[in-house]
Amino acid sequence: MARLAIVDYALGNLFSIEQACRHAGLDTVVTADPGDLAAADAVLLPGVGAFADAMAALRDRGLVAPLHDLAAAGKPLVGICLGMQLFMSESHEFGTHAGLDLIPGTVERLPSAPGLKVPQVGWRPVRPPSGAWADPVYDGIDPGTYMYFVHSYHVRPADPAVVTAVSGFGNIEFCAALRRGNILACQFHPERSAGPGLRWYANLARLLARGELARGAAA
Amino acid sequence: MTVRIIPRLEIKGPNLVKGIRFEGLRVLGKPEAFARAYYEAGADELIYVDAVASLYGRNSLLHMVERTAREVFVPLTVAGGLRSLDDIRAVLRAGADKVALNTAVVADPDLIRAASRAFGSSTIVVSIEAIRHPDGRYEAYTDFGRESSGVDAFEWADRAVDLGAGELLVTAIDRDGTGTGFDLDLTRRIADAAPVPVIAGGGAGTMDQVARVIAESHADAVSLASILHYHLAATLPHDGDAFEGEGNIEFLRKGGASGRVTACALEALKADLVGRGVDVRPQAAEAA
Repeated sequence: MARLAIVDYALGNLFSIEQACRHAGLDTVVTADPGDLAAADAVLLPGVGAFADAMAALRDRGLVAPLHDLAAAGKPLVGICLGMQLFMSESHEFGTHAGLDLIPGTVERLPSAPGLKVPQVGWRPVRPPSGAWADPVYDGIDPGTYMYFVHSYHVRPADPAVVTAVSGFGNIEFCAALRRGNILACQFHPERSAGPGLRWYANLARLLARGELARGAAA
Repeated sequence: MTVRIIPRLEIKGPNLVKGIRFEGLRVLGKPEAFARAYYEAGADELIYVDAVASLYGRNSLLHMVERTAREVFVPLTVAGGLRSLDDIRAVLRAGADKVALNTAVVADPDLIRAASRAFGSSTIVVSIEAIRHPDGRYEAYTDFGRESSGVDAFEWADRAVDLGAGELLVTAIDRDGTGTGFDLDLTRRIADAAPVPVIAGGGAGTMDQVARVIAESHADAVSLASILHYHLAATLPHDGDAFEGEGNIEFLRKGGASGRVTACALEALKADLVGRGVDVRPQAAEAA
């Protein structure tokens, strides 16, 4: 059973993520201890709230350097919602704030348009940017399956090749998930996305058990 | 945007209850059994409302939230009697994804700002429970419909958003439980003005009324109780449940629906909405 460390930095729906992980057969530890992160097979960065507050919380707990080290060492890192946004170079949420810079790119506000509410709250279909899924974490999930989103911002990776799923806000298409080597992230909340979200976690558990997310393994 | 269908479960002690205009609460069953059934039927979120909202009993609600969050993998909002950041933190730790606040934030609007700062604005739903006066004014009420606040519902909606509310749950108290339909005017005026999503509640008695509040009042989501509960109460087994001494159990003894409510299954409602061209999440093939 793969052991997943969920980063506890006081922001995020830790309970629901933990329950979904357990449902998928992952052994979990909720921790802010860099030693625990290093000892786990993979690290999941959750997050709900403001980007700048979240980066400050990671800094306060001395977690920025350990996360960089783990990413560089090839440890699988999973980012959910704000956790995904923190992986980017910088965010334009209330000014410009540096992120963890694991994925080159920015975090931008969803555009305002008549009839479109921000935050976007609810279920949206996700699909591959083109063709079939490139990331096996979507095995068994039909393109167009609805996942649960709660967000006011979206990521814009510098390299479009890292985008593994897209979704929509009005007629805007945005990056709903990305993958680069050992870094895997999504804007939606698989732990709140019913059966398909649990399938996502089960796929994650399988990939981790086989060591397929560690860097060097085929993406 | 995909419209969310959200069963609203009012809880008194260990029981799911439903009243009319927040009064005369009838026992309909066990909340967790209803929550599980709604999840499996394709509910997009769930709302738990502590109808008693007493400090005594808070622990049993927290345990109920915790057990629910273990087996229901859609967002869960908890409302009723949350007075402070500590109260909010406790329900979020128990597994709730969002909280809906009314009485405490009418008394202290800055709690909206503090809570959205501490937990993220998407976690903070402000619940506006309004009564329409004969002169057409809408006034926000607190304490589960018992206390008038003197606050205009529309001004309060604007202010709540300015203070950081991520969503608004708008309930027409005088429609609640009656099956006479949503207050279309109340919902539309708030939904059209608010830059954040608006969940419409109070009054749904037919599928047609649900479709109307989406089409005519631009609700981003609907909160439903009687129309779904009375269907499920008639189909879920109650064997072995102990309800004695917990409230009015006449409904469970005798059966029968409520007033003008034409109860229906959640799946049937979603299918009906799809047939009308409403964008709803299709029932997931696997809900395990």
